[in-house]
Amino acid sequence: MKSAIILFPGTNREKDMADALRRAGGAEPAMVWHRETTLPPVDLIVAPGGFSYGDYLRCGAMAGNSPIMRAVAERAKAGVHVLGVCNGFQILTEVGLLPGALMRNAGLKFICKTTPLRIENSDTAFTHLCPPDRPMMTPVAHNEGAYVADPETLDRLEGEGRVVFRYADENGAVTEAANINGSQRNIAGVINDAGTVLGMMPHPENATAPHLAGVDGLPLFRSLVERLS
Amino acid sequence: MKATVTITLKQGVLDPQGKAIEHALTGLGFDGVGEARQGKVIALTLDESDEAAARAAVEAMCKQLLANPVMEDYEIALTP
Repeated sequence: MKSAIILFPGTNREKDMADALRRAGGAEPAMVWHRETTLPPVDLIVAPGGFSYGDYLRCGAMAGNSPIMRAVAERAKAGVHVLGVCNGFQILTEVGLLPGALMRNAGLKFICKTTPLRIENSDTAFTHLCPPDRPMMTPVAHNEGAYVADPETLDRLEGEGRVVFRYADENGAVTEAANINGSQRNIAGVINDAGTVLGMMPHPENATAPHLAGVDGLPLFRSLVERLS
Repeated sequence: MKATVTITLKQGVLDPQGKAIEHALTGLGFDGVGEARQGKVIALTLDESDEAAARAAVEAMCKQLLANPVMEDYEIALTP
């Protein structure tokens, strides 16, 4: 699986993402700077975490209007798989590749901890190797992670199986108490209607080795390598 | 012309910063504050002197960049 990782000024998780892709057996990822207007031929494009453009105006707003994102949107429309993690998720909503938006955490605090996620849809290119019967322990590190969308959009996402991850407790139960950031309906990750663009606030790339936050994130990257190679 | 764009969170969208301001004001003894909502103001200086053209341009700016229609409303005020 060939991949490209998009780099913006302020991106800071690109090396973690590259490590995760390598650990899962993917080819050496290409790093693509935000001023580029074209992408190499790849099977997967990743918008990694960080603070692109210093989070000015709104998280992801400036990055969403950068030259490279036009190329990413074109590839996404042509069916190339795209993964957006944390700030990458915010950027994908800003460019309209995914519905909804990410707002300030309800508790007004930056949240940095490993949290259980319930896998709501394990029939995607991103999750088919993720064990659905137990929560995926995944680190989060964000200040603007509360997922919002209008009720019709939320109903549609749920009805179409497009809510892929929800914040849950350690038993995998989706509860109000487990909703760490005030996301509507505990939503932590959503996918587009074609099943090719996934955005999530938690960082699976930081759970891909025993010396990190465990290895629960590795099946997500292995899913992609198996499906897209 | 000068344009002032006021961006606020839509009604119904949770505004935790507004809530914190509301609690702080009540704590300081300012009674009768029903609700506080926080937003942002963007001040623009435009070459355009025609009001209708200026408004149309700023509307386009709001839609493309300044506001996110999923969670925000905006108001445009123009002055010569």
